[in-house]
Amino acid sequence: MTADLELDCRGWLCPLPVIELAKRIGEVEVGQVVAVASTDAAAAYDVPAWCRMRGQEYVGTEPADDGVPRYLVKRVS
Amino acid sequence: MGPRTGSFRSVYLDTASSEPLHPAARDAFLAALEQGYADPRRLHGPARNARLILDNAREVVAEALGVRRDEVSFTSSGTDAVHRGLLGLAPPGAEVAHAAVEHSAVLHALAWRPDLHTRSVRVDRHGRVDPTDVGVPDVVALQSANHEVGTVQPVADVAVTSDRPLFMDACASMGRLPLPDGWSAAAGSAHKWGGPAGVGVLLVRKGVRWRSPFPQDDRVDERVSGFENVPAILSAAAALQAVVAERDEVSARQHALVDRIRARVAQVPDTEVVGDPDRRLPHLVTFSFLYVDGEAIVDALNRRGFEVASGSACTASTLEPSHVLAAMGVLTHGNVRVSLTRDATEADVDAFCAALPEVVAAIRRDAGLPTGEAL
Repeated sequence: MTADLELDCRGWLCPLPVIELAKRIGEVEVGQVVAVASTDAAAAYDVPAWCRMRGQEYVGTEPADDGVPRYLVKRVS
Repeated sequence: MGPRTGSFRSVYLDTASSEPLHPAARDAFLAALEQGYADPRRLHGPARNARLILDNAREVVAEALGVRRDEVSFTSSGTDAVHRGLLGLAPPGAEVAHAAVEHSAVLHALAWRPDLHTRSVRVDRHGRVDPTDVGVPDVVALQSANHEVGTVQPVADVAVTSDRPLFMDACASMGRLPLPDGWSAAAGSAHKWGGPAGVGVLLVRKGVRWRSPFPQDDRVDERVSGFENVPAILSAAAALQAVVAERDEVSARQHALVDRIRARVAQVPDTEVVGDPDRRLPHLVTFSFLYVDGEAIVDALNRRGFEVASGSACTASTLEPSHVLAAMGVLTHGNVRVSLTRDATEADVDAFCAALPEVVAAIRRDAGLPTGEAL
């Protein structure tokens, strides 16, 4: 899935990827998708948890070309 | 024990890792150090003293837990009791179903036996197993209560629906809650109820098919190995007896204090209080703060005199987040586990609840987030 905003958080430890997501989701319109590329094991749990706590939609995960997981979030509010 | 002016006094909030020695345990330990040095297998006077102390400790533990004397063994740790209790129930090639949130001692024991077929049973958002998910494996491993989030598991229900030998890791609850029905073997850890470290309790129900998974020894008790630490065992038994005697009063007080913490913490923005609010250990509560580094919050609270634990990856050597929080599908970073001493006061709890929002706000501000405001 092509995202409207790609966040490269490779090498960042928790909670930095989620902080980056929170700071920058406002850069896309409601209905658009942000991708967080993260090598941090905690992101697999914390991105979905962030979506649940902040009322955004967790779309799922797709690998980047280098195999790093991209966590996809749709802005719904 | 209010805030820290003048002489610095800290509030210990990590009894789920290790409880301070109970006064009853200290007295028993000192007395037994004088009397319990000899080999309880020998026949001379000092040996008979040691054997008497050991038998007395077994009797006390059996009575405190409501089990038979011959069902009680003393191990060298809670972990050792978990390993023996679980692996002793599992014949070669057995299918073992375990809750996804079991203690790592259970998971490591299973991984050590490549012949076993293990199956992880999912949990709900509170960390509880649904008995209908367990199925009918050869052996079930289910904790009495979770060590990180406090949720009590439906052990008796699972025992009925699976109708299979059930190993119960009771390390988090032993002494604090009565043992549920349904287990075939169980484990406890003395330093978690106010006894000394280095003593575990292994319970094996009479009539259960259990075989030691480790080399035999020629000691007092064939289920365990090594020279008995008689003074520490008596001390552990004395602490358990005292804790059970005080349980109704202490648990009710701790339960109410934890309710107070849960309510106050829930008011901090972007916070998740996890674990079952009601069916839980009396003394323990866990919560996670969005955007907060687990190590940073443990350090900041420690500087203010509050000693807590965290299940966040940034506090672990592995960089892996807590498998318990992950299995529950809750936030894994910014995690704090608070567990109360038996004499924790409302003033301690209120001081902690007053400091916490300030600490969280400061860490979020350092991360470049607006203070106290939802992002």
